[in-house]
Amino acid sequence: MSLSAVPTVTAQAGGQPGVDWAWIERNAGYIGEQFVEHLLLTSIPVALGFVIASALGLAAVRWPVLYGPLLSVTGLLFTIPSLALFVLLIAFTGLTIWTAVIPLTVYTLLILLRNIVEGFRGVPAAVRDAATAMGFRGVRRILHVELPLALPVVFAGIRIATVTTIGLVTVSSLVGQGGLGQLFLDGFYRSFPTPLYVGLVLSVALAVTADLLLLALQRALTPWTRTVS
Amino acid sequence: MEVFADVVAWFTDPAQWDGSNSVPARLVEHLGYAAASTLVAIMIALPIGLWVGHTGRGGALAVNVANVGRAVPSFGVIILVVVLAGIGFLPVLIALVAFAIPPILTNTYTGVRGVDATVRDAAEGMGMRGWQVLRHVEIPVAMPLIMAGVRTSSVQVVATATLAAFPGLGGLGRYIVNGLAVQNYAQVVAGALLVALLALAVEAVLAAIQRLVVSEGLARANADAAAEARMTSTAA
Repeated sequence: MSLSAVPTVTAQAGGQPGVDWAWIERNAGYIGEQFVEHLLLTSIPVALGFVIASALGLAAVRWPVLYGPLLSVTGLLFTIPSLALFVLLIAFTGLTIWTAVIPLTVYTLLILLRNIVEGFRGVPAAVRDAATAMGFRGVRRILHVELPLALPVVFAGIRIATVTTIGLVTVSSLVGQGGLGQLFLDGFYRSFPTPLYVGLVLSVALAVTADLLLLALQRALTPWTRTVS
Repeated sequence: MEVFADVVAWFTDPAQWDGSNSVPARLVEHLGYAAASTLVAIMIALPIGLWVGHTGRGGALAVNVANVGRAVPSFGVIILVVVLAGIGFLPVLIALVAFAIPPILTNTYTGVRGVDATVRDAAEGMGMRGWQVLRHVEIPVAMPLIMAGVRTSSVQVVATATLAAFPGLGGLGRYIVNGLAVQNYAQVVAGALLVALLALAVEAVLAAIQRLVVSEGLARANADAAAEARMTSTAA
C-alpha cells in the first residue's frame, strides 16, 4: 500500500517572519490550483452531506423516534478527530479524493441534521394545519409551505457546516489531498512562513466569503424575513 | 483484511507497552496537553464569559469570537507557530488554548445571558446583589451550556493536539505521523484508533461530570439547550 510520503523532518526554528512577496508572485498559479482544489474539497462534502442530512432529517421529522438515535450516531462520529478518520479510511479508499470527502461529509451531518430537523419543527402547527386545509399534502406541503419557513434555520446549519469544512480540508493534505493545507506543508518542510501566511489568509477569506454569500442567498430566498428582524 | 491482523500484532507487541514511546506514555502526554490547554482556556474564558453575560456588555464580541475561531484553521496556526518559534510545548500550548477559548466563552455568555429575566428579578427581589445573583442563580442555570462549551473545547483540543504531532509535538498523534512517514500502516491505524477512543472517552467522562454539576431540576429542562449548544461546536 502506498502512503503519502511524509518525510521525517526535525522541526527547526528560524523561519524569517516576514512575507516573501516574490515567492507569492512566482507561485501564483500553484496557489490558485490549491485554492480551487480547496473549493472542490469543501463543496462536494457539504453538498453530499446536505443530501444525506435532508433524507435523514425528513425521516426524523416524520418519525420522531428516529431523531435521538440519529443525533447520537452523528454526534459520535463528529467527536472522532479528523486526522484519525482520514488515516483510517486509507485502508478502504487509498489516497483518493474519497479519503478526504467521506470524513468531511460525515462531519457535516450532525450540524446539518440538527438544523434541518429544528427548522422543520419550528414551523407553527397552525400554519401546517392551514396548509393542509387549503389542500396542500405530502411533498407539496413540504416544498411550498414548510421548507420556506424552515429555510433560515436550515441555512444557519449550511453556513456553520461550510465554514467548519473549509478549516478541516486543510488537514486532508496529510493524506495526500490538495487544497490550502498543501501550502502549510510547504511552509513547514522549508521552515518558510510565507506559504503559511498565504494559506491562512486565503482559508479565512474563503470562509468569510462563503459565509456572506450563503447569507445573501438565504436573504434572497426568504425576502419576508428581512423586514422582521 | 490483513491490516487488522497487523494492528492486533502492533498492540500485542511488548515494545508498545514500555518506554517513552509506549502507549501509556503517549497517552499521558496527550492527556497532559489536552488537560493543560483546557484548564488554561477555562481560566481565561469562564470569567470573561460570566462578566459579559452578567453585565450584557460586549455580547457581540463574545459571539463573534466563536465564528472567528471556526474560520481560522488550527492546523495552519500550529504549524506557523512551530515554524516561527521552534517546536516547544509553550508555543503549541498557546495555540491550543487560543482555539479552546471560543466555545467556552460563547457558551458561558449565551448561558448567562439566556437566564430568564423573571428568574433574575426574583433573585433580586429576594435581596441578592450582583455577584450573589451570578453565583446562586445565573451560574447554576447556565451550567448545562457552560459544560457543553467545556466538552466541545476538550474534544477539540484532543483533536488539535493530534495535529500538533505533525510539526513535532508528542502525544498519540506521533504514531500516526511517524507511521505515515515510514509507511507503517498498522501503526497509523493503531494511533488513529487510540486517538478516536480517547476523544470518545473524554466526551463520556465530561458528560458524566456534567450530570453531577447540573442541578437535577435543570437537567431535564435544559437537555435540549445543551444539545443545541453542541451544534455550534467546532471540529478539528
